[in-house]
Amino acid sequence: MSLELKAITKTFGDLTANDSIDLKVAKGEIHAILGENGAGKSTLMNIVYGLLQADSGSIWVDGNEVKINEPSDALNVGIGMVHQHFMLVPVFTVAENIVLGHETSKRGLLSLTEAKEQINKIATEFKFEINPDDLIENLPVGVQQRVEIIRALMYEAKVLILDEPTAVLTPQETDELLNMMKILKAKGTSIIFITHKLREVKAVADKITIIRLGKVVGIASPSTTQEELANLMVGRPVDLSPNRSISNVGANVLSVTNLNIYDFAGRAIIKNLNLDIKAGEILAIAGVQGNGQTELVRAIMNLEENTTGSVKLEEVEILGKSVNQTLDSGIAYIPESREVDGLIGSFTIAENLILDTHDTKPFASFGQLSATDIASNATALKKEFDIRAQSIFDTANSLSGGNKQKVVLARELSRTVKLVVAAQPTRGLDVGSIEFVHERLLAERNAGRAVLLISTELDEVTALADRIAVIYRGEILGVVDSSVTREKLGLMMAGIK
Amino acid sequence: MVKIEKIKNNIVLPIYAFIFAFFIGGLVIVFSDPEVMSNIKSPGKFLTSAGAKIGNAYLAVFQGSIYDINLARGESFFKGFYPLSETIVTATPLILTGLAVTLAFRSGLFNIGAQGQFIFGAIGASYVGFHFDLPPVIHPIASILAGVFLAGIYGGIVGLLKAKTGAHEVIVTIMLNYVAGFFILWLLKTTLFLRPGRIDPIAPEVSENSRLPLLLGKDLRIHAGIFIALLAALFVWWLLAKSTLGFKFRAVGSNANAARSAGISIPFVTTLTMVLCGALAGLGGAVHVLGTEHALTSGIGGSLGFDAITVALLGRAAPLGTVVAAFLFAALRTGGVTLQSNTGTPAEIIQVIQALIVLFIAAPALVKGIFRLKNTSAEKTLTAKGWNG
Repeated sequence: MSLELKAITKTFGDLTANDSIDLKVAKGEIHAILGENGAGKSTLMNIVYGLLQADSGSIWVDGNEVKINEPSDALNVGIGMVHQHFMLVPVFTVAENIVLGHETSKRGLLSLTEAKEQINKIATEFKFEINPDDLIENLPVGVQQRVEIIRALMYEAKVLILDEPTAVLTPQETDELLNMMKILKAKGTSIIFITHKLREVKAVADKITIIRLGKVVGIASPSTTQEELANLMVGRPVDLSPNRSISNVGANVLSVTNLNIYDFAGRAIIKNLNLDIKAGEILAIAGVQGNGQTELVRAIMNLEENTTGSVKLEEVEILGKSVNQTLDSGIAYIPESREVDGLIGSFTIAENLILDTHDTKPFASFGQLSATDIASNATALKKEFDIRAQSIFDTANSLSGGNKQKVVLARELSRTVKLVVAAQPTRGLDVGSIEFVHERLLAERNAGRAVLLISTELDEVTALADRIAVIYRGEILGVVDSSVTREKLGLMMAGIK
Repeated sequence: MVKIEKIKNNIVLPIYAFIFAFFIGGLVIVFSDPEVMSNIKSPGKFLTSAGAKIGNAYLAVFQGSIYDINLARGESFFKGFYPLSETIVTATPLILTGLAVTLAFRSGLFNIGAQGQFIFGAIGASYVGFHFDLPPVIHPIASILAGVFLAGIYGGIVGLLKAKTGAHEVIVTIMLNYVAGFFILWLLKTTLFLRPGRIDPIAPEVSENSRLPLLLGKDLRIHAGIFIALLAALFVWWLLAKSTLGFKFRAVGSNANAARSAGISIPFVTTLTMVLCGALAGLGGAVHVLGTEHALTSGIGGSLGFDAITVALLGRAAPLGTVVAAFLFAALRTGGVTLQSNTGTPAEIIQVIQALIVLFIAAPALVKGIFRLKNTSAEKTLTAKGWNG
């Protein structure tokens, strides 16, 4: 089945999210749509899938114009979509999730036999491994995604939209997914592959459409170099591998000894963890999401409750102090989720920039805030960190992801610190912002500070880190040099030494 | 830019809600009146009688709450302001309890307990007021401080329980309202509080020295409490907008996770907020006893603590808004009495109008749809936190 979009335009208020976008997907083609966050990729796909309606333009399937007003219309013409955030019920089995909304019943009881047969049929046809009776919550993320794909195939999707499908996967799972896409393609399914990861695009795509600021800015073939693709995507030359000069590594700044973290039920999330970070180096903790790295960072910041062991900053014990004392002892903290932990959305940029320093001079005197000092601080940081906003009095909510992260960076790095703790600092950011964050972290390292980087992105880890500690199920599996191969690192992240 | 739009929205929306509530209130008045409805068959007659009915009803509300020309005619021009004085007297405790809810809202807490805190404030002020014999100026100050202190502790219990154990403030404050309600019943039966020679639950009157001074002579009940209430509103505004403490409060109220990550102690904010809220509501109780009631009764709290929630919502959890909303509510309340006595329309219609105003404020989309207001990006909807808050 072929799909064609003609001059799709969609506006939200003053913002033109899609500006007369044309797209042609041939039968059995993997068509990558490449673009930064906010470029309009998701809007376009939501229009195709019927979650949004275009202001103008038309959708054609096999040469016939179709009207897609809601997802059921899309399914009827053979368009399926796997969302970035899975739409699965965790306590249901694979089969139950797949029939959800299309249940068949026998004498008033749910009948899953037919569904299971069909699932097995699809699994054999496409060489998927899946057990229809497994509970979703017990399955790894990669398999959950497979369930979503099977669900789309069950409803006879001939065009499959995958929205940022690799964002949540381990390197191994990513490879499996890419293989699966090739098999689907061989069976005649067309795939629209939305991503901002250049490596994956080059690995599987037949054709690449690059979208920037709601417009198609180029159609490329997989032979285009990563640099060229990145330039098209961002609209200016991008430095993909930051310059990592030799830096002078100094004494130990952070020493974690025998750290244990327990969850509310007393289970150990981090077990006897040891870690050293020296001045002037970036130590990356690489690992698949959910192996304890979130808790490790929170424990260092004293945001976790049940911890034992020792965390020393320049020989001074900090474990068990208040969060405020921890920050004051000389740690900059870039939290994993900027929307949840990093910023207050309804506060202004200026207010967010003094979140941790609001009761120190010059921002406060005798319990009263100094509006002029707060404003001049914000104006200076806005310039230094290139925060793109109309005014320092705009709310944090109104900023894009990259600019939100710049506010967090500006706040944390403008204090004098010894250690920078950066948890997933580029998650969900576009190439331009990633470049900026990387430069700032390297600048901190070169200035002689210790940097603890937590990341699930292999590219980021290998590009930035001096040493890489791989975390697996709450333990450090090994510490390797940054010259390690991707394959080796990928295996370690999967728990194989 | 955004700021102006936001302010406009915060003012325009309640005004539209107000107009619309009065419009529907008018319909209810007409359709519940058998006399007007008997004319339904002849449209002309129906419309004139309906118009007259509504006009008279709202005129009565105005006369009962702001200025009554009939009162002025008999005596002096000044006397006509008797209703306004009553409105202000009613608004005074409502401003203070309203602020107790507003401040909590801004720290992310839902204070249902203004009622109980108000009662404890009244108890403290009343006791010092009738039991001691102090010189003027000092006596009212001492009485007020006693009430504020007691109520501050009563509010602080809630904050401490939440900070230490995670007990939800909604449940705790509701329960403490019952405790306060029954405590005052018991207290008024003890020899310490029962007025000599009485068997019904009433305390002795507070001494002349301890009373808040009347502002416009003996004929009008308006007393200095209104200035205390307005100063308290000014203080809460300063606290939230200008102080470092208020910054912490707002940070925790807007996003507790980010506040905690930035080193702000949430138990500290929770406890202190509830102490201050208790103190504000307690100040309301103290002012009410020392300025208006003079003697503590079991019904001293009326429904002030609960109206406070409505007032805070109507005022969009802003100090100035709370003051305006409290005046509006007080005016409706005092006007409702005249409405019934002058036109025979039941005073309950006022409650219908109050409920409608709140409904339209709580559902801004409805009013915006009707009046075709533009949505602004700076839209602020006030939502109370759920059970996990």
